[in-house]
Amino acid sequence: MRPAWSVILLTTLIGAGQGLFLALYAIEVIAAAGVLAAPGRMFYVAGAVLVLALLAAGLLASFFHLGRPERAWRSAAKWRTSWLSREAIVLPAFMGAVFVYGVAHHLQAGERISLWMGAAGTVLCLALFVCTAMIYACLKFLQEWHTTLTPLNYFLLGTASGFTLAALLAALTAPGATKDLAIAALALGALAYLGRLAALRRNARLRPRSTLATAIGVKHPRITQKAQGFMGGSFNTREFFHGRTRETVRFARGTFLALIFPAPALVLGFSGGNAFPLAVAFALQYAGLLAERWYFFAEANHPQNLYYQAIS
Amino acid sequence: MTQLALVIDLNVCVGCHACVTSCKEWNTAGSAGPLTDQNPYAKDPTGTFLNRVQTFEVGEYPDTQTVHFPKSCLHCEEPPCVPVCPTGASYKRPEDGIVLVDYEKCIGCKYCAWACPYGVRELDQQQKVMTKCTLCVDRIHDVSLPERDRKPACVLACPTHARLFGDIHDPASEVSAAIRENGGYALMPEWGTHPANHYLPRRKTQFRIHPDELKRVDNPLKVDGKLPKPAPGEPALDDVTTW
Repeated sequence: MRPAWSVILLTTLIGAGQGLFLALYAIEVIAAAGVLAAPGRMFYVAGAVLVLALLAAGLLASFFHLGRPERAWRSAAKWRTSWLSREAIVLPAFMGAVFVYGVAHHLQAGERISLWMGAAGTVLCLALFVCTAMIYACLKFLQEWHTTLTPLNYFLLGTASGFTLAALLAALTAPGATKDLAIAALALGALAYLGRLAALRRNARLRPRSTLATAIGVKHPRITQKAQGFMGGSFNTREFFHGRTRETVRFARGTFLALIFPAPALVLGFSGGNAFPLAVAFALQYAGLLAERWYFFAEANHPQNLYYQAIS
Repeated sequence: MTQLALVIDLNVCVGCHACVTSCKEWNTAGSAGPLTDQNPYAKDPTGTFLNRVQTFEVGEYPDTQTVHFPKSCLHCEEPPCVPVCPTGASYKRPEDGIVLVDYEKCIGCKYCAWACPYGVRELDQQQKVMTKCTLCVDRIHDVSLPERDRKPACVLACPTHARLFGDIHDPASEVSAAIRENGGYALMPEWGTHPANHYLPRRKTQFRIHPDELKRVDNPLKVDGKLPKPAPGEPALDDVTTW
C-alpha cells in the first residue's frame, strides 16, 4: 500500500494524545487512592489542552485524506458496519470528554466529577484505539494487518508515546510524578516493542493466499503478466504500491526499530527528570512512530497488485 | 432474487479492448460520468476506466497460452467494499444485485478500494469520488431502448461475443447455462466474496474431421444431382430440366 501522510499523522497524533490522556487519568486515579502526592491543577489542565491539540491536529490531518472533505460529516452514517464510521463518531466524542475533563479540572469542580469524566474518557479512548486499528485489521485479505497484533500495537505504541509525553509534561508542571511516568513509559515502550517485533515476525512468515492462479483462475504454476491494459498508470498503480526501493523500506524498518523504544529508552533512563531530555525522548519516539506507521502501510501487500505486475 | 452479472469467455476473448473503449464512451456520458482523463495527449496519460483488459502468458516458451483477461467490478454477492463504506455511498441494489456508488454521498476516502481484493474501483482524479462498473445500470433497464440494446455497453461491443449478460440466479438464463456447461468459475474464491461475474476457462478447441468430409463418398442430399435432359424439341426450364 502507498503510505498516506494524512493517515500516518492521524494515527500517530491521536495515539499520542490518547496515551497522554490515559497517563493523566492514571495519575489522577493513583493520586485519589492516596499512593501518590496529587499533582497540581496545571498538570491536568495543560495535559487536557495538549491532548485536545494532538487530537485536533490528527483530525485535521485526516481531512487531507478525503477527496471530498466537505462531506466528511456524512461518515457517521454507517456505524453499524464500518469501523471508519465508528472512528469518525468516537474521535469527536472522545474530544468532547477530554474537553469536559479539562474544564472540570480548570474550574476545580471536584474530584468526583473529574474522576467520572475521566472514566468516561477512558472508555472512549480505548474504543478509539479499537476503532482506529480495526479499520486496518478487519480487511482480511490484507494479511499483514489482519491480526489481533494490529489493535494491540496501535494501543501499546500510542500509549507508550503518550506516557513519554506525560513524563515531559510532569517535568514541567508536576515534578513529583515525573519518575513514575517515565518508568511507566519505559515499561509500555518495552511492551510495544515486543508487540511490534511479534508482528514483524508474524508477517515475515506470511504466505499470500492469493496468487496469479487464483486471481485469473488459470490453474497453472507459471503465469506472467504481459500487459496490464494501460501504460500511463492508474489509480490502482498509484494507490496500492509504495513505489520505493527495497532499501528504503528496510531503512524505515531499521529507523523505527531504533527509535520507537531503544533510543528514547536510553534518553529516558538518563534524563534525571529534566524536561529537555524528556522532550528529546518524545521527539525521537514520535519520529520512530512516523517511520513505524509508514512501514506498516508499505509492508501491506494488497492482492490487487497481482493484476498490476507488468505495464506492457 | 435477481443477480445480474457478466460471464466472460476467456476462450474467445481476443484482447481487442473494444469493451474498454465502449465502456468509457457510454459511461463518461452516462450517469457514472464523467470519467476524466489527465494528460490524455501528453506524457504519462492516465484516466478513469471501469473496465480493463489485461494479458497474461501461461506456461513456458514455447508451450505458452496467451490469456486476455477483461477485468471490471464483479458485483460480489458478499461485497467486502459495501460494509466498510462510512457514508453508505457504496451499496448493493437489492432488486438486481448491482453494486453502485452514490456520488452525492461519497467522501473519497478510498476505503472501499482498499477493501476490494480485485482492484476494480478507481478514484476519479477530477470528481474525487470512487467510480466503478455500474453494469450500465442507466441502460439495461431503459424501456425506451429496444429490448436487444438493454445490455451493458461492453457486451454489445464485443466482436467475438465473449461477454454474456444476464441473471445468474435464474437457472434458465443464458449466463447460468454458460457457467454450468462450460465450467464457469469465480476469481479469488479464497476470500468468500462470491463474485457474481464468472469467467469461462480456456477450452481445448478440437476440430473433428469425419472421413466423408475428406472424400466425398456420395451426394447424400442429391442437391447437385443432374436433372433429366429434356427431350429434343422440348423447352429447357430451370429447376425442371437441365440445359
